[in-house]
Amino acid sequence: MREVFIVAGKEFRDGLRNRWILAMTVVFALLAMGLAWFGAAASGEVGFTRISTTIVSLASLGVFLIPLIALMLAYDSIVGEDEQGTLLLLMTYPLSRTGLLAGKFLGHGAMLALATVLGFGIAAAMIVLLAEQASWAALAGPFGLFIVSAVLLGWVFLALAYLISVSTREKARAAGLALLVWFLFVLVYDLALLGLLVGTEGQLGGGLFRTLLLLNPTDVFRLVNFTGFEEAAAASGLLTVFSDQAHSPLLLLGILAAWTVVPLVIAALLFAGRRT
Amino acid sequence: MTDIVTLDAVDRRFGAVHALKALSLTVAPGEVLGLLGHNGAGKSTLMKLVLGILAPSSGVVTVLGHDPRGRGARDLRLQLGYLPENVSFYDNLSGREVLRYFARLKRVAVRDADRLLERVGLGEAAGRRVRTYSKGMRQRLGLAQALLGQPRLLLLDEPTVGLDPMAVQDVYGMIDTLRGNGTSVILSSHVLPGVERHIDRVAILCQGRLLASGTIDGLRQQAGLPLQIQARGQPLNGALRSQLAGQGVDIQGEDSGAIRLSAPPAEKIAVLRTLLAEPGLEDVTVEPPSLDALYAHFDTWGRQQEGDREHA
Repeated sequence: MREVFIVAGKEFRDGLRNRWILAMTVVFALLAMGLAWFGAAASGEVGFTRISTTIVSLASLGVFLIPLIALMLAYDSIVGEDEQGTLLLLMTYPLSRTGLLAGKFLGHGAMLALATVLGFGIAAAMIVLLAEQASWAALAGPFGLFIVSAVLLGWVFLALAYLISVSTREKARAAGLALLVWFLFVLVYDLALLGLLVGTEGQLGGGLFRTLLLLNPTDVFRLVNFTGFEEAAAASGLLTVFSDQAHSPLLLLGILAAWTVVPLVIAALLFAGRRT
Repeated sequence: MTDIVTLDAVDRRFGAVHALKALSLTVAPGEVLGLLGHNGAGKSTLMKLVLGILAPSSGVVTVLGHDPRGRGARDLRLQLGYLPENVSFYDNLSGREVLRYFARLKRVAVRDADRLLERVGLGEAAGRRVRTYSKGMRQRLGLAQALLGQPRLLLLDEPTVGLDPMAVQDVYGMIDTLRGNGTSVILSSHVLPGVERHIDRVAILCQGRLLASGTIDGLRQQAGLPLQIQARGQPLNGALRSQLAGQGVDIQGEDSGAIRLSAPPAEKIAVLRTLLAEPGLEDVTVEPPSLDALYAHFDTWGRQQEGDREHA
C-alpha cells in the first residue's frame, strides 16, 4: 500500500511541476465564468441570468473538454514508462503491477479532482460575489452535483486511458487510440444512436433506447446535469426521451462510478497478464 | 556458503523462439560473473528470470534461497539491484528527485540516496534535470539506483555501453569495491577488452545455450588456444627454428627484427627457455589468449554445433 502512495505522490507532484493542475484549474474557472456571463447571449442578455442556463451550457462544453483532458493526462502513463525503460526497472522493485496502476490512478485522479473542484468552485464563488441575482443557496446544489459528476466523468476517461496505455507498446499508437476513444464516446455514439432512431423510424423501443443512452458515460453525465432544467430541452437533443421521467442522480453517478471501476479492473488484469 | 543464484535446467520460450535452453548456472557470494554473448544470446532474458520479471518455461530459478516469483519475492527484491540496458529515467525530474523516488520505493532513507549520488560522481549535477544529462551521467544515475539499499546481488546489463574510457574505468572500479564488500554481481557485456581483471568467472552464451563457464584461466585451458609470443632482435637461425618447430611453435612473421610466434600453452616454459638462451634476442613478451579470442573461439564453436544440430 505504501508504494501505491509513493507512486501517486510522484504523479501529483509532476502535475504541480509541469503546471497541468494549474492549467486545468484556470481553464475550468474561465470556462465556467465565461459561460455564466455569456451563456444567455443567444437570448439577447449578457451577464449572469439563471443557474440552470449556466449549468446546462457548462455540461454541454464540459462533456467535450473533460474526457479529452483526462485522456491526454493519462494515455502514456504505462506505455510512456515502458518506452523510457523505467517500467522494466519498476518491476524489479517491491511494487506490483496493480500497485503501480493504482498509484497512477490515485495521483491522476487527485489532480483531476483538485483542478475540477478548484476551477469550478472558484467560478461559483465569483458568480456569487459579482452577480446580484446569484446566491449560495441557489448555486450550491446544482454546482455541487455538476462538480461531482465532472470529477467522475474525468475518472471514467482516466480509467479508459489506462486501458489504452496497458494494451499498446508505442506511445504514438496510444495517443491515436485515445483520440479514437474520445471520438467514439463523445461524438460517434450519439450520432449512431440518432441514426438508429431515424433508421428504424422510431420502431426502436423507448426502453432499449434509454438503456443504450445509459451505456455511454458522456450521455450519463449530460443526464445528471440536464434533468430538472427546462432549458435542457433545447440543448439536450437526444436526451429529451428522458424528459418524462427523471433518473435519480445517485443512480446516474453510480453508473459513472461503474464506468470507472470496470475499465480499471480490466486494465489491471491485462497489465498483470502481460509478459513484460 | 550457499550460492546466491542457482539456475537449474532453465528453459524459456517466447512462442517459437527458444530464448534459453536447459541452462544451469550458479553465482557464489561475492563473485562477479561476466555474462558474454552476442545480441539475442539470452543475456537479458537470463537477468529477467533472476529478477523474477519472467517465469521460466521449465526448470528452477533460486535467488538468495527463494523463488524470485514466489511468496517472498517482495522482500527478495529489496536485496536486488538492477541496471537495465536502456533506461532514460524521468527527463523532467532532477537526478536527485529521480533517485529519491526510487529510494522511497525501495525503503531506503533519502539521506542514503543523496550520499549515493555523491559516490557515483553526480553530486554537482544532482539538482539538474535528467534531460540535460549526458549518456555517461545517466548511466551513473542508473548505477546509483542499482546500488540503493546495499543489494546482495547486483545485475548490470551492459553497464559500459556508450561510456567514455574514464567512465568505464569508474564503473569497473565500483564493481571492484562491491566485490570487496561481498556483493555478488552478474555483469553482461559485449565490450570485452579490459573487463577480464574485474570478473571472477565467465559464462558464454550462444543462441540461448551455455557454451562454457568457469574462470578465465579455466576457459583458456579448455580452449587450448596458442600463446602469442613476440620477440625482438636478430633473425632466427636455422638451429633455433628447428628447435622451436619441435616444440610445436608456429612462426607467423619475421620482419625488421620483430618476430611473431604462436606456441601451444603447455609448452610455454620450454619455449621461453629456448628463446631466452638465444643471445641475439633483446626482448620477449608473452600474451595469453585474450578474452576476445576466447569468446570468439567458443562462439564460433557454438554456432557450428547449432548448425550441426539443425542439419541433424
